[in-house]
Formats: sequence, structure tokens, C-alpha cells
Amino acid sequence: MATAHSRSAARLMISPAVLLLLGWMLIPLSMTLYFSFLRYNLLMPGAHDFIGFMNYRFFLTDPAFFSALINTLLLVGGVLVITVFGGVLLAILLDQPMWGQGIVRVLVIAPFFVMPTVSALVWKNMFMNPVNGLFANIFRALGMQPFDFLGQAPLASIILIVSWGWLPFATLILLTALQSLDRDQLEAAEMDGAGPLSRFFHIMLPHLARAITVVVLIQTIFLLSVFAEILVTTNGGPGYATTNITYLVYAQSLLQFDVGGGSAGGIVAVILANIVAIFLMRMIGKNLDV
Amino acid sequence: MAHTPTKGRKLLFTLIAWTIGFLIFFPILWTILTSFKTEAEAIASPPSFVFFDWTLDNYVEVQERSAYFRHFWNSVVISVGSTVLGLLVAIPAAWSMAFVPSKQTKNVLMWMLSTKMLPPVGVLIPIYLIFRDAGLLDTLTGLVIVVMLINLPIIIWMLFTYFREIPGEILEAARMDGAGLRSEILYVLTPMAVPGIASTLLLNIILAWNEAFWTLNLTAAKSAPLTAFIASYSSPEGLFYAKLSAASTMAIAPILILGWFSQKQLVRGLTFGAVK
Repeated sequence: MATAHSRSAARLMISPAVLLLLGWMLIPLSMTLYFSFLRYNLLMPGAHDFIGFMNYRFFLTDPAFFSALINTLLLVGGVLVITVFGGVLLAILLDQPMWGQGIVRVLVIAPFFVMPTVSALVWKNMFMNPVNGLFANIFRALGMQPFDFLGQAPLASIILIVSWGWLPFATLILLTALQSLDRDQLEAAEMDGAGPLSRFFHIMLPHLARAITVVVLIQTIFLLSVFAEILVTTNGGPGYATTNITYLVYAQSLLQFDVGGGSAGGIVAVILANIVAIFLMRMIGKNLDV
Repeated sequence: MAHTPTKGRKLLFTLIAWTIGFLIFFPILWTILTSFKTEAEAIASPPSFVFFDWTLDNYVEVQERSAYFRHFWNSVVISVGSTVLGLLVAIPAAWSMAFVPSKQTKNVLMWMLSTKMLPPVGVLIPIYLIFRDAGLLDTLTGLVIVVMLINLPIIIWMLFTYFREIPGEILEAARMDGAGLRSEILYVLTPMAVPGIASTLLLNIILAWNEAFWTLNLTAAKSAPLTAFIASYSSPEGLFYAKLSAASTMAIAPILILGWFSQKQLVRGLTFGAVK
């Protein structure tokens, strides 16, 4: 159906998008790569010496990098565990017959639309504050000592805040996948005497496997770059307790003006994200028949 | 029969689901309620849920103290501007890949997707320096461009999955009737593509509205959208819960309403067609 004429028209139509994305990817990324080999600090203008892998050596051997790496893994892993388990349970619950299903869905999905700075500040002040927060009020009403969430368990608190925002996403996708499940199959299994648990493990879970993988991979891409929630709650502290790789690179480049070191960190972050991206791309690519 | 739900079972699920739904929604509800309290009532212990003197003072004060409407306008310009600009670039690209696919189409699509996987810190410094040298720091123009670029892969992908569902036979029939490329696009494709374009527009406005990495790093006072406006409430001066709540409510309300209309598109757009 495609003629030579329409082929060249098609190529012309696609080129602006390709050129823009190519520029967006290649120019800054090669600049980052270049900077990462320089001694380059914005506070010392003029000095741009080539220093080989020194920045990488400093970045990777800095104890802050190790804690940031661990924090990144805990943050991503913690949020994934909460949202995937919670999402599967919620999706199955929402798939049951009930009154007002649409309204419940709307309530559950809402946190996803709350911008990260708002959710972080609302949780930090109005819920987790050890004096005036709602949790402190509840603790006192129960005769317990209020708990200083962001002081005593800063990373766990941030995991909770981020999970609240992503749980709706996981739920919505898993619910969509669940609704495409063949009802006859479930009913047949029920007739054959399969209990709820064995129906879950042998029919629902295998059916959801794809969607779960997609949720895990997409969330990982976004969770590796969690930034605003940390910036407005803890500023990465106390110490490095809530600094993830993204925040560490931000602090090094825009707070300490160390362009060289920050760039090396940026490249490390790109490599880490690529490891996940390869798997995600393979999943999506398998599903795409052009 | 076992699979026809009994009334009791339905009631049980209704109760559980409504309770959980309420708990998940509660932080938003609590923020909205607190925004109508006085500062003293906002930190009262035990707190009151609805029996307090409702007031609009916080909204007035937030506007007076930190110029809510200016930041709101910045958010509108950035989210709508970047989305419309993105659509202008993406519609022709997605159209050609959906209707005139070549051997390269799949690779091009996957490559476009891969640009979305690039973590923003990987390019933070160059973008910051380029913006500084080009005088784009803290300008709406600069943010529209950056937000457009980070969402462009999603826009193209969403449009592509919608366009691909338009049957090619219709185009062939139009061509047989002697329709040229122009009338083909104008009279055949456009009407069928409008719903997909509208969904894409909606989802991307939401994503751009809530974007909080580049907006925080590339803006100061002048062009800060609502994400950065709220971040300025992170260092409290005295009593501020009620004002924080009013500012937060105003920042999320517009997008919450838009968001509820876009639930289905969300799944499709954010999973790149892998879950439908």
C-alpha cells in the first residue's frame, strides 16, 4: 500500500521528532561524559584539566556513594514490594462485585495525580510531624509516645510517602489486566472444586505475571529518579540517611558546584538505569508487532 | 450456585473496599478539610474533622503572600505549551509510523522509548549550563522545551498505539475514490484520530503538571510552576498547616479533576501499550 512517494513523505514527517530526541539524548549526554573526565568546578573558573578517571574514583570510593547506592536499592525495592503486593490485593478486591465500584476506584486512583512536592509536604507536616501531626495525635490518644517518623526512620518514611503515590498506578494496571481474564476459566475452576487460594495461584497470578513485570520495570525507571520527595522532606539527611544516587548527583553538582564529580555520578546513574531499561525494552519489544 | 454473589458477600466486599478506598484518599481529604480551618484549629489536639468554623482566609492569604495565580499560570503555560508543542512534532511522526511502517519502524519506536529511560541527573549539568549560557534559566520558554522533550516519547507512543487501531482499509478506500494525501488526512484520518489525540493531550498535561525534577532545578522565583511554589512551603515560619493545605489543595485540584477522566488512557500511555 505504501508507494515510494508516501515513503519519502513518511520519512519527512518523522524526522523532526527523531532529530529532537537525538539532540536531546546525544548532546547533553556526551557533554556529561566529557565533563566527567575534567577537573571542573564552577567556583574555580578557567580550570578544565583532563584528569582521566579521577572523578569516577572519587565518586565511587566516597562513602556517600555507597550509602546512596544502598538507599537507592532500599527505596526502589521497598516501594516495589509495597505497591506490587498492595496493588495485587487491591486489584482483586476492586474486581469483586460491590456497590459503588466506580467511586472506590476514583478514591484509590487519586494519589497518583498529587504532585510529589505536595504529597511529601502534606505527609511530612500534617501526618508525620511528631508534635502536631495526625499520627502523633492518634499515638497520644492511644496512650503511646509519638513517633518522630522522619527523624527516627527517615528512609522508611520516604518509602511510605512514595508508595502512597505509586500504589494507585500498580492497582490500576493490575486491575486492567485482571479484567481481561477469561471469566469462564475461573468459573470452570470453581466448579471443579478449586478453592480461592488455588484459583489465585494457578489462574490469576500467571495471568497477572506480565502486568506485574511491566509495573515493576516502569516503576523502577521512575523510582531510580525520586528527587522532589527527598528535597522537600529531609534534604537527603540526616547525614546521608535519605540520599539516593539522584540526590547525591544533584547535591554534588548544584550545591557544591563540582561539575566533574557530578558528571561522573550522572554517568554512573545512567549505567544503573540502563541495566533496568534493557529488560523493560525487551518486554515491550516482544509485545510490539509492527 | 457458588459463582452468583450472595447479597452478604457483596456487602462485605463493599464495606472492605470503601474502607480501604477512604483510607487511601484520606490524606487528600484531610488536606482539603484543613485548608478551611484557622491555623489554631489546624493543629488542635484532638483535631476536629468537620465541626470547626469554616473559613476561606487561608486561600486569600496564600494568594496575597505567594501569588498563587502567577504560579498557576506558569503551570498552565508549561503543561499545555509543552503538550501542544509535543503533539505538533509527534502527530506526523506517529502517523507515518502507523500507516507507512517500514522495516525500521520498530527500531525507531524502541529507540525513542529508550530516550525516556535516560535518568534526568545524567543530563542535569549540561542542561543547566546550556540554559545558563543561553539565558533560559528561570524562563517559561526553557521549561516548555525541556518538559516537551522528556514527554515526547510518551506522546509518540500513545498516538502510535491509537493510530494503529484505525483500519488501513478505510485509507485504501479513500485512495480508490481518488483522495489525495491532504484530503486523506483532513477528512478520513483526523475525525478518527481525534479521540486518541485528546487522550494523549490529557495524560501529558497531567504528567507535565506534576513534573518536579526539571521544574525544581531550572526555575527560581519568576517562572516557577506550582511544584516549585509548594516546595517553598518546606521551610515553615510559625503556624502554617492551614496555609500549606490551602496552597496544596489549589495545586492539586485542577489536575485531580482532569486525572479522574483519564484513568483508562493512563494505563495505556504509561505502559507503552504493553498492558491494555
